[in-house]
Amino acid sequence: MAGSGTDHLRDPAAHDDVVLRVEHLVQEFPAGRSGGRRQVVHAVSDVSLDVRRGETLGIVGESGCGKSTTARALVQLPPPTSGRVVLDPGAATEVEMVALSGSALRAVRPRMQMIFQDPISSLNPRRSVRDIVGEGLAIWSKASDGLHQQARVDEVLEAVGIDPEVAATRRPHQFSGGQCQRISIARAVVMDPEILICDEPVSALDVSVQAQILNLLEDMKERYGLTLVFISHDLSVVRNVSDRVAVMYLGKLCEVGDADALYERPAHPYTRVLLASAPEPAPTVDPSDADIGDEIPSPIDPPSGCRFRTRCPRATDRCASEEPVMRQVGDDHFVACHFPSI
Amino acid sequence: MSTASAAGPLLSVQDLGVTFGTADGPVRAVDGVSFDLTEGRTLGIVGESGSGKSVTAKALMNLLPSYAEVEGSITFGGRDLRALAAARERHFWGVELTMVFQDPMTSLNPVKRIGEQIAECLRVHLGRSRKVATAEALDLLERVGIPEPRKRLRQYPHELSGGLRQRVVIAMALACGPRLLIADEPTTALDVTVQKHILDLLDDLRRERAMSMILITHDLGVVKGRADDVMVMYGGRTMESAETPTLFGRMHHPYTRALLETIPRIDAPAHTRLVPIPGRPPSPAEVGRSCPFAARCRHRIDDCLDGVPPLVPVPVGAAGAEGAEDASHHSACIVSVGSDGRGDS
Repeated sequence: MAGSGTDHLRDPAAHDDVVLRVEHLVQEFPAGRSGGRRQVVHAVSDVSLDVRRGETLGIVGESGCGKSTTARALVQLPPPTSGRVVLDPGAATEVEMVALSGSALRAVRPRMQMIFQDPISSLNPRRSVRDIVGEGLAIWSKASDGLHQQARVDEVLEAVGIDPEVAATRRPHQFSGGQCQRISIARAVVMDPEILICDEPVSALDVSVQAQILNLLEDMKERYGLTLVFISHDLSVVRNVSDRVAVMYLGKLCEVGDADALYERPAHPYTRVLLASAPEPAPTVDPSDADIGDEIPSPIDPPSGCRFRTRCPRATDRCASEEPVMRQVGDDHFVACHFPSI
Repeated sequence: MSTASAAGPLLSVQDLGVTFGTADGPVRAVDGVSFDLTEGRTLGIVGESGSGKSVTAKALMNLLPSYAEVEGSITFGGRDLRALAAARERHFWGVELTMVFQDPMTSLNPVKRIGEQIAECLRVHLGRSRKVATAEALDLLERVGIPEPRKRLRQYPHELSGGLRQRVVIAMALACGPRLLIADEPTTALDVTVQKHILDLLDDLRRERAMSMILITHDLGVVKGRADDVMVMYGGRTMESAETPTLFGRMHHPYTRALLETIPRIDAPAHTRLVPIPGRPPSPAEVGRSCPFAARCRHRIDDCLDGVPPLVPVPVGAAGAEGAEDASHHSACIVSVGSDGRGDS
């Protein structure tokens, strides 16, 4: 599963609606010294992805797989160690974000907004909800005057189901977790972004509230023409919201494809493990597929070749010496494995 | 595999109520909860945050703070637990009745070696010598599937992964041979691949030691394949309880049904529209004199707001065949909801 390669990327010439293209993204962090040598955490290693306009790309994986680091690298928080993040590839408006800094980077930021896992800590507790939602507009002066700005804020607040009158005076602690996540969505959408990056947006919510937020995201996507990158550890949630799903393990992509194809015909051994481990396992895999070791190798010293080989039931010598490359196994279905199930 | 024991249930909880005195007045976190647990069975308690499931567990474990007011009776193996607590009988909890918590990091002492921590329960409760206790700790680590147990004995919690830490906590809970193990969201903090292994381990241990278990979770899917009986809680009260196949086969309470319908399914096609439950769960401060779910319920009628519906046996068969009741299936709803999910009033 230590997959590299770019076969799964769609040709910008054939698909002029690719709105975001990530090429060879690498994110490394220093991790102190050991034995006189500087150590490096290989959080994301050579990940390539693309998203078409109006599509939802789901990224799924366990903790430490690099899914949140990938999301943050897209918005340059912080910028990646190497690789390219291209908005509108091939179009006149094409922008490569990694090369930008300062005001040039700030100028493209409104095009890509983000919502986070913990809705309460991501809102400033001292400000009124209407101010929080309107702050981006105030900074960017996107609406020509204060009146238009206020109208825009109220319109978006109503769209997410928060009464603008109430939002004018109340602060985040006076709202429930689900309402705070609605406010976070309003704060992102008010900037009229092309891409909305959602990092575990429903993980902190009660199950009875989760569906409200997932349905709201679908509605907002429709209403404002958004493209979504949706990160979650929950396989059922990812399938529900995604057109296309990418499975990550230890900083690498394992499998990418059409959501239904990937869940109906999982090709990578790790995808099968995930599907078989769910509390109610997917009917497309054998429950015994979940029987693998618990210990995830350290991202400081990842295994050679395929990074999943230390836990993989199918691993051979080849997996240790040769890193698998993304290859096509079906219509819009790609896998990085020497021995996929096809 | 209901083993109807002549001696009665291992654990019997009658009309349990827990009230916390707070600055804003009393908060009733658990209200009128009753259940029995037969020896050797697993009871799943399902609920969202604020449902009272963890407070119920803490009441059983005598872990509630001093400002909590407890009512009702708890009988375990014929003994009155509340009387034992009043008598400060320390060698009961941690020996016959033990608990595994959600976060394995905070339930372990960070500055004590794993081996010492497990040996400590054996020495304090069972009076084992240091040498014997350490040998038993090694066996326990081996039994819960920890690789290189001899090396782990000398390690500190931070040197272990989350999954291994939870195995250590389980080893500690097993050390004194409990008759009942309470697992409160034991896998919520763990990754999905590890979660399955921990739940399987708990299941194996329960069978092998003829223990009983209470498995507390927010996830109906977790109890489906693992619990013999299920109790669904909401707003501090029991909404529905039944043997697991009955509950999933003939769900009666609108809350149970709504909870199952609102969760995305792993085998449903992408973009399947979810059925949301409007509103949010009540906070314990809001528990009043009506059905706690009434404010969010699709099937609400005026009578739902008039008094708390009692937990009563559910008639067998959709049409309510004369007199036939399933003794194990109870629901606290006055509206009869057909199997198609629509009310037939």
